[in-house]
Amino acid sequence: MSVSFLISQAKSVQKVIDENSAEIEVLDQKIGDGDHIFNIQRGLKLVVELEDAIKDLPLAKALNMIAMKVLSGIGGSSGALFGTFFMTMAKSSDLDKDVDFNKACEMIISGIKAMKERGKADVGEKTMMDVLLPVSEKLNELKNESEFKPGLNEVIKIAEERMLSTKDMLATKGRASFLGERAKGHIDPGARSSQLIIDTICKSVINN
Amino acid sequence: MKKFINNNDDFLKESLTGFGKAHSDIINVNLDASFVSRKNKTKDGKVSLISGGGSGHEPMHGGFVGHGMLDAACPGFVFSAPTPDQMQAAAEHVDSGAGVLFIVKNYSGDIMNFEMGAEMYSGKNDSIITNDDVAVEDSTFTTGRRGVAATVLVEKIVGSLAEHSGSLEECKKLGEKVNKNAGTMGVAFTSCTVPAAGKPTFDIGDDEMEFGVGIHGEPGRKREKIQPSKTIVGNILEAILDNLKPEKNERNLLFVNGMGGTPLTELYLVYEDACQILQSKGIEVTKSLVGNYCTSLEMQGASITLLKCDDEILKHWDAPVHTAAMRWGM
Repeated sequence: MSVSFLISQAKSVQKVIDENSAEIEVLDQKIGDGDHIFNIQRGLKLVVELEDAIKDLPLAKALNMIAMKVLSGIGGSSGALFGTFFMTMAKSSDLDKDVDFNKACEMIISGIKAMKERGKADVGEKTMMDVLLPVSEKLNELKNESEFKPGLNEVIKIAEERMLSTKDMLATKGRASFLGERAKGHIDPGARSSQLIIDTICKSVINN
Repeated sequence: MKKFINNNDDFLKESLTGFGKAHSDIINVNLDASFVSRKNKTKDGKVSLISGGGSGHEPMHGGFVGHGMLDAACPGFVFSAPTPDQMQAAAEHVDSGAGVLFIVKNYSGDIMNFEMGAEMYSGKNDSIITNDDVAVEDSTFTTGRRGVAATVLVEKIVGSLAEHSGSLEECKKLGEKVNKNAGTMGVAFTSCTVPAAGKPTFDIGDDEMEFGVGIHGEPGRKREKIQPSKTIVGNILEAILDNLKPEKNERNLLFVNGMGGTPLTELYLVYEDACQILQSKGIEVTKSLVGNYCTSLEMQGASITLLKCDDEILKHWDAPVHTAAMRWGM
């Protein structure tokens, strides 16, 4: 993982999210309040615009700037969660040394763990954590493998299955609610955007 | 979409700037880490109250900054929680040494961002979470009940206590009591249109209403055919009374809140219906509030809030207030 890797991934993700924005917007209007896609798009735009400011910085500093930009520029749940993700990654030790696949996995795993703590959501509650937590577990299995590309194909598959699995979930944990029933039948918009991000980054790593 | 708008990116900034100019006698608007604060500095030793949330609910919360209510408000983008740096900047600006009480509506985005703001602020602070909406136990993007119109009552009543030298602990305690004593439920006849989306948040037939709607147009209990006002009001009150179980002859505040697109004529009709129904059940209405205070952009509809009052709540409700959206006694 390097600063140039982060910038190029942000650009690829931005393209994919823009292509799928109408679908995510509709999902959020069905079961949420419709702000998710605008928040994600605004965040990606802000990060891509950081290119000149961060391209020559050490990784830790660049991650920190991304975190602060995401945290202060997005708002809503997404801003707090993704801001927490990048802030946690920026705090990883030994970022001045080469960040190999193993180290990158560990950073992502700790970032997702911090998101879970911030959002207090677990698997099965129809949120982006339904995609991110299983992906994090898979990365934990994969991180020590020398040949990790086949594993990343599995990550892509897990993310897609878990994204689709949010469709039949109740909106929130345990307690039955009128709205919970009504939210059934729609994929969670945060799960969909997270899956698209994972899909884009994994494919790019596999093809390089 | 038909709105007064120049371009979407500047929508909030232009509106906030106008708000600042229109009420320059009582508030200031800061745009870099945006927050609204009182024109006069918080007096030494007074607890500072800060609220905030997505924009689109005006006059909540900026319209409640001023003497007897909030010290600052942090507006997010339309229907999106504000960011932690806004809360931090607002707290640093208004805290006079007695601490900061954050008043947060129970939505996951607001909770997370206020939590982070509170962690980033080094001064003494605490928070209260409002969750007065009896329509749903779990909504699509909160854990538990949503915080809606009773937040206005919390801000007014705790604002008075803070003005009367209440400590941070006392302010928090009173806020929690008001929240616990209040129940709200709303109905929508039409959707609202978020400027960035450019089209209505939900489709609803000409003869339909969303019963138990949230303040972002998110779904409520059920979609129904429209009915006479007395029936709608009766159903709303039934849900609230089921939840609050007020004692006969207990004193209550009845708050009819417009969602933004319903004229006052209709809100007063709703108030009359509600008074008659409550009276028939032996429930006393002691105080009233009718108007657009916690809105959902241009949505047509209304919510009803009932607040069970004791002497302490009534005293602080009647105390003088001078904000852009609420003013009496001074």
